[in-house]
Amino acid sequence: MEQNITEKIISAHAGKDVRAGDVVFVDVDWALVQDGTGPLTMDVINEMDKGVDMPSKKCIFLDHASPSSKFELSDSHNKLRENADKYGMDLNEVGYGICHQVMAEEKVSPGQLVVGADSHTCTAGAFGAFASGFGSTDIAVAMATGQIWIKVPSAIKVELTGKFTGTASAKDFILYLIGKLSAMGATYKTLEFTGEGVRNLSMESRLTICNMVIEAGAKNGIMEADDKTAEYIKHERPQQKKDYKIYKSDAGAEYEKELTINLSEITPQAALPHSVDNVKPVSEIDKKIDIDQAFIGTCTGGRMEDLRAAAEVVKGRKIKKGVRLIVTPASARIYKRAMKEGLLEIFMSAGAVIGTPGCGPCVGIQGGILGTGEKCVSTANRNFKGRMGCSDSYIYLASPATVAASALEGNITAAGEEK
Amino acid sequence: MDKKQLNIKGKVFKFADSVDTDQIIPARFLDTSDPEQLASHCMSGVDEDFSSKVKPGDIIVAGKNFGCGSSREHAPLSIKGCGIAAVVAESFARIFFRNAINIGLPIIECTDFKANTGEEISIDLEKGHIENLTTGDAATFSKFPEFLSKIIASGGLMEKAKKGVAGE
Repeated sequence: MEQNITEKIISAHAGKDVRAGDVVFVDVDWALVQDGTGPLTMDVINEMDKGVDMPSKKCIFLDHASPSSKFELSDSHNKLRENADKYGMDLNEVGYGICHQVMAEEKVSPGQLVVGADSHTCTAGAFGAFASGFGSTDIAVAMATGQIWIKVPSAIKVELTGKFTGTASAKDFILYLIGKLSAMGATYKTLEFTGEGVRNLSMESRLTICNMVIEAGAKNGIMEADDKTAEYIKHERPQQKKDYKIYKSDAGAEYEKELTINLSEITPQAALPHSVDNVKPVSEIDKKIDIDQAFIGTCTGGRMEDLRAAAEVVKGRKIKKGVRLIVTPASARIYKRAMKEGLLEIFMSAGAVIGTPGCGPCVGIQGGILGTGEKCVSTANRNFKGRMGCSDSYIYLASPATVAASALEGNITAAGEEK
Repeated sequence: MDKKQLNIKGKVFKFADSVDTDQIIPARFLDTSDPEQLASHCMSGVDEDFSSKVKPGDIIVAGKNFGCGSSREHAPLSIKGCGIAAVVAESFARIFFRNAINIGLPIIECTDFKANTGEEISIDLEKGHIENLTTGDAATFSKFPEFLSKIIASGGLMEKAKKGVAGE
């Protein structure tokens, strides 16, 4: 039976061959919660009273309120710490990093099955793993029993050719694709990225792309593992043996739809308020839209290549008076590397504020909440109404280079277009 | 699900397409898992007065992609906490759909049913029939696949898992 990569990974974890449409229980390799969804998960685990299966592979991340901005959230953190201790689960403290970035740095291997109570858990698909987001109860059951039920998704194949030119990057591509597919264009489905264009992408770019497939409604995004995946794992985890299994789609695997995109044709894009599929090339945006805040960070804009691209734009320059530039590295590891490379120095000299590794203002909990009528250009993955603070505020999503150039100009501007 | 919940009758609150979870329950209110506290902020991203207007037994009718965005189960919990009897939408985002099933919030996917705020509708979950009692408009909807019906019949995923996760 010819299968695509997602069907193969699910088959291996279900103990039987599956096809799109089958409903099966699968064994999970990793399950994660964060500080927003975790407390509810712990309630369900405690009520089930079955303990936690393989607790060292059940991860808790204190990343959304990092550090906590109010006492109720501090109490949530303590509840998670107590449960981590009670069951021996893997606790990742405040400031350690965003769950999806730490999963990439330390944990996920090709061929694995990863579930999490965070919709952007699909990030790990960049490793050639099956990864998907669920709610707290689903993850509680996965943590307690080691299993979850999944309906095997049908797949859309996105063939990538070429490589980025100019300042275009992973964020520009994925925004372009979501604009094309719409916010529900891939609901319940897999987005499988293939072709030499994928081989040309760095692992950091792959993580950003797979992260945002949920913004088109997808269950998971996936890219076959290759030499770059192996190099990334070796670099981040020198101790890990190369004993993981790499799955590849069969030549005759079935796809519901196929599209081809040439990465060399991608130009800087932005998603305008208030939906991620409201995408336009930056060159077509009205320059009169003055911004109050520019935010570089999150699980789709706070990695090394993102910080490097942004630093290159602001190096030796000053941000526009009246604009706040907030830079929040995605993890402690990245924070340290950026410090060593002198990137934080560049940002601070330009007038930026450096935030604690974590989700920062993306979810409107701490680290740069928007006030009434304010506009922010951000490297995050969502621009829903009110997400970063006041319901009367406006989020524009763009690449790190575009956000940096916009901070210099005070309005949304692609890198290279600033004065 | 007990018998009386198989027939639902209530007043409509109408919402548009793509109501996301940040609108249903903004992240700043996720410092509690208590459905009643969550209910007091339900839909505050779209309509700040919703929680004071809504009454137990009312029904949400929405467009496409209801509940898109975050995985927060607090979204269906806040709706359930308001006493909303069911959510009818043209389509649901995938994680919201699962979460609603898992916590026992009745959801109905129906593409060709029209209702506006204030109108009264009735839903027969067993027959898959929905009717607008104010306008006379009616439609049918598919029942859940057997697998999901079993979760619902068990009283939610947790109750089913207590008996053994794959436990057929």
